[in-house]
Amino acid sequence: METMLSILVGVLFTIGTYLLLSGNLLRIIFGTSILSHAVNLLILTMGGLKTGAPPLLGLGRSTFTDPLPQALILTAIVINFATTALFLVLSYRAYKVLGTDDTQLMRGNENE
Amino acid sequence: MNNLLILPIIIPLITGMFMVIVRKRIYFQRMLGILAIAGTGAVSAVLISQIKNEGIQVLHIGGWEAPFGVSLAADMFSALLLLTSSIVSLFCLIYAFGSIGKDREMHYFYPLFLFLLTGVNGSFITGDIFNLFVCFEIMLISSYVLISIGGTRIQIRESIKYVLTNLLSSLLFLVAISYLYATMGTLNFAHLSMRVAEAGQDGLLTAISLLFLIVFSLKAGLLLFFWLPGSYSAPPTAIAAIFAALLTKVGIYSIIRLFTLVFYHEPESTHLLIGIMAGLTMVLGAIGAVAYWDVKKILTYNVIVGVGFILAGLASGTTEGMTGAIYYLIHDIIIKALLFLIGGTIIALTSTANLRDFSGLIQTYPFLGWMFFVAALSLSGIPPLSGFIGKVFVTEGTFEAGYYWLGGIGLFTSLMVLYSVMKIFMNGFWGESYLDEENGQKLKKGLLIPIASLTILTVALGLGAEGLHSFASLAVKSLMDPSLYIEAVLGKN
Repeated sequence: METMLSILVGVLFTIGTYLLLSGNLLRIIFGTSILSHAVNLLILTMGGLKTGAPPLLGLGRSTFTDPLPQALILTAIVINFATTALFLVLSYRAYKVLGTDDTQLMRGNENE
Repeated sequence: MNNLLILPIIIPLITGMFMVIVRKRIYFQRMLGILAIAGTGAVSAVLISQIKNEGIQVLHIGGWEAPFGVSLAADMFSALLLLTSSIVSLFCLIYAFGSIGKDREMHYFYPLFLFLLTGVNGSFITGDIFNLFVCFEIMLISSYVLISIGGTRIQIRESIKYVLTNLLSSLLFLVAISYLYATMGTLNFAHLSMRVAEAGQDGLLTAISLLFLIVFSLKAGLLLFFWLPGSYSAPPTAIAAIFAALLTKVGIYSIIRLFTLVFYHEPESTHLLIGIMAGLTMVLGAIGAVAYWDVKKILTYNVIVGVGFILAGLASGTTEGMTGAIYYLIHDIIIKALLFLIGGTIIALTSTANLRDFSGLIQTYPFLGWMFFVAALSLSGIPPLSGFIGKVFVTEGTFEAGYYWLGGIGLFTSLMVLYSVMKIFMNGFWGESYLDEENGQKLKKGLLIPIASLTILTVALGLGAEGLHSFASLAVKSLMDPSLYIEAVLGKN
């Protein structure tokens, strides 16, 4: 199971990196979003995928899955959500101010 | 247990949150900001004296013992950085009063400034690697907003690059943390250090440590500094100064903490790599500093040279090298803030950053000129000033470790750094005065006070190096001997 998820994470990383290297701002943001999915899956995988009950004591079971990676992912998701929202608004503003979403055209010129 | 430890995080956080409510009352916010930062500084001064008398201070948050809860731990190294950063941020805040403009002040500048400090202080005293990630994010998200606040064309353009680079490095940080958790099963620094020492640092752990090195290098501007020159020349002066003083230093702090506390078993691969990266950083930064005729560009490339120099001290792995790194880190925080404030003042006065377009400022602004001269000499390490003692120790350390090339690069780049800032001084301040009486603006007192205070600080730090030495040697002692830190956090068992 870990092997399959690792391959999936690898595929997501490839797609994310490819999108990051494109010239379009929105594709770059999609790239970071896919990368953050990959990272969250990686944390889950690295915590171990043994079978066990969800980490709720009320279930009265003897084995539970590792609760720590889930807490880490929850934190990481919220942080990524905030930064992605900020990045989206920033790119919208950049489109309004700079008049382009092509990163190649966002070069500096001397007279600014 | 020491409840004081939470204060450097919580004072700026709560003050910042309160400021959001009283958004329109600017004078109230200014006073609150000064009080909060001065309070943080006072707490760190108390912490320093406690650490000197009683050793490393630890707080287990919520009373959960070390490997299970989040613990905060302050050794002398963290406490010195806390004190320095609160002093410098206080002066940057005072500078911002007179220069940042009403629009930015109305749009949450002061809360963001304090949230930035929350993240920085948190990174300095946390004892848990995931908590370090969270503190990094607090710092970075505030810096994303601070770099783009105001929304001019150049700020928008540079903030996109800055946000993208840091998003990517944060994701890599998470990847590294998840690998570390998979191999070691813990996130607490002290516990990690113990387990790495027990398991032996094999190839896998060294690879993970190098992944951490890449992450923190992206934040610190160690070799991976491609994002830095653009980002640091975009925001207004007060913000650029606090960035130059603190943001890269948090990355440097993390590298030093990680490679002295956890991954110290394979110095011939990890520390040598840090040394090579530091050497390249110094050379490339110095080339950039010499190449440009733009005041901001010269100063930003000097930030990069400083990063390389501090990590050269770490790479040497000797007591002298580490002492030098600590001295130079403290000096660098002060001097980079000072230089950016003076540089920004020059640009505000002449309304150009191009050195070819102005000259003779010393006739109109003698104080500013001579303070820049002192700052320039201090930056390059001329004896009575603060940069000297750090450079001596780092050079001594690298020579002692046999890295003559690294020490040599350090000394050679000092010359290039001196040339680059003297170029600003000689072209900008000497020569024919191009300003006549009517278009010469008067320099505001509010801008001159923080600059003068930081200049006095750098002179005092140079003259009083002996007084700092007992603190610096304590800091080095806890860095060179990880068992002290582990014992303080995990107890004696």
